[in-house]
Amino acid sequence: MSPATTAAVRLTGATKTFGDALVLDGIDLEVAPGEFLCLLGASGCGKSTLLNLLAGLDRPSSGQVSSGAGRPALMFQDHALFPWLTAGRNVELALQLAGTADRAERRAEAARLLGLVRLGDAYGKRVHTLSGGMRQRVALARALAQGSDLLLMDEPFAALDALTRDVLHEVLIGVWERRRPSVVFVTHDIREAVRLGTRVVLLSSRPGRIAREWRVGIPHPRRAEDATLLGLAREISRDLREEVCRHARD
Amino acid sequence: MPVTDLSPVRGEDVPPDFSSGADVLDSPTAPAVPTLFRRSVKRATAPVLAAVFVLSVWQLAALSGLFPRLPSPVAVLDELAKLLRDGILLPALGQSLGRAVTGFAAAVLLGVPLGLLVYRYGAVRTVLTPVLAAFQSLPAAALVPLAVVAFGESERSVYSVVLLGAVPSLSMGVVGALDQVPVLLRRAGRAMGATGLRAYRHVLVPAALPGLIATLRQGWTFGWRALMTAELITSTPLPGVGRILDTGKQEDSFALVMASVALILAIGVLVEAMVFRPVEKRVLYHRGLLV
Repeated sequence: MSPATTAAVRLTGATKTFGDALVLDGIDLEVAPGEFLCLLGASGCGKSTLLNLLAGLDRPSSGQVSSGAGRPALMFQDHALFPWLTAGRNVELALQLAGTADRAERRAEAARLLGLVRLGDAYGKRVHTLSGGMRQRVALARALAQGSDLLLMDEPFAALDALTRDVLHEVLIGVWERRRPSVVFVTHDIREAVRLGTRVVLLSSRPGRIAREWRVGIPHPRRAEDATLLGLAREISRDLREEVCRHARD
Repeated sequence: MPVTDLSPVRGEDVPPDFSSGADVLDSPTAPAVPTLFRRSVKRATAPVLAAVFVLSVWQLAALSGLFPRLPSPVAVLDELAKLLRDGILLPALGQSLGRAVTGFAAAVLLGVPLGLLVYRYGAVRTVLTPVLAAFQSLPAAALVPLAVVAFGESERSVYSVVLLGAVPSLSMGVVGALDQVPVLLRRAGRAMGATGLRAYRHVLVPAALPGLIATLRQGWTFGWRALMTAELITSTPLPGVGRILDTGKQEDSFALVMASVALILAIGVLVEAMVFRPVEKRVLYHRGLLV
């Protein structure tokens, strides 16, 4: 197979401008199959714009996006679940739109996916009766229901408290290890990035460029207090601070 | 006892279960559902109190002698009984409700697709929005002479007034309801592959449902008011409730006028209470928008 088809998704020289503002400048990024890539950057550095390009929701002003994985699954900071459906029906709708025609099959698969995110008993519950963490887990199940090999996540746990976020990290890693989708996980939380990612990419701000990247070889399950992880987090933190300071000076 | 004993000094030995996240306690608990009897009593209390209040004020005003011409509630009730005995009330009610339902159905069949076109196509929106907004602001009373000149004193002119009264409001309402669907839900739908007609079916229409119900209710109200105006001013071969009101005016009978106004009011209240409010409540309840 040629290298062009092995990447789950690839940006080549992608540039994005909004009016006069150059938001992304010549991004070359390749996401390998089964990779867990964390995209790190200060607020407003163009992380979400980059994710929109990968998702195909937006087109680059110049450069190319090539996706080998079909329609990627998307998860947002807000759960974006449909409030007129139960948790289970939300997942079922994603299955239906992805082409599962048989109703009973959809039902069984939705129940299985909710079990996978440890929400086996939430099938018939309305969205508004679930806590924030539970909603995000339903959203994760819904994203998985699309059956895509590429999962794009835009700060999905940013609005949750630390303990809940910790639980969701475990759930997400559990799912990733079982199904091995390629994940692009946008965050501004360095500890989150090194805890989850097999690769961490640091994006600079204004314009967004890839400043540096790290491979994280530590196997899962990772402990939050692991010395190597903490050391890496400190190093990334130093780089990120430099990035921010450089802009403060400009 | 060793100093390094780390067993808890206070609290439970079993730690709380955080396996589903520390915000489990955030999930709202469902309130206890009261019995059917209690619910019915609770639901009926407010309207009954309101009716008792209005009737008392009315009765007192009639007794006070301050308004010598004002008939008492009993006199108005008598008038209604007489209309019923004379075989006027029920046919008129049937006529008016029949026209209202038919006119409303036709207005929905025209107004909703028109609203969808305005929502979907920018050019249509640019051209039609000011037109619809202008028609929406036009009182039905101004449309009646126009319809009569165009179609004569006929059912056609009554229906055209109802349609002109209801369609613009329905179309504009549909556009407004769809415009208010959160961008995030559209994006989520698009990301899942709900595009084109599937976006309407699975995302836009269900998301806009509360607004769409409000639109139907407003369309009904506009149509009903337009119909009463039309029945009052034109003289179609088959008289409706509006005609009774006109007769009361011709005969200078305060009681008859009051009776027909009460009738028109009652129909409005009943349709609202028996059709629109239950549907709206159900939709809002399922979305957690109603306590």
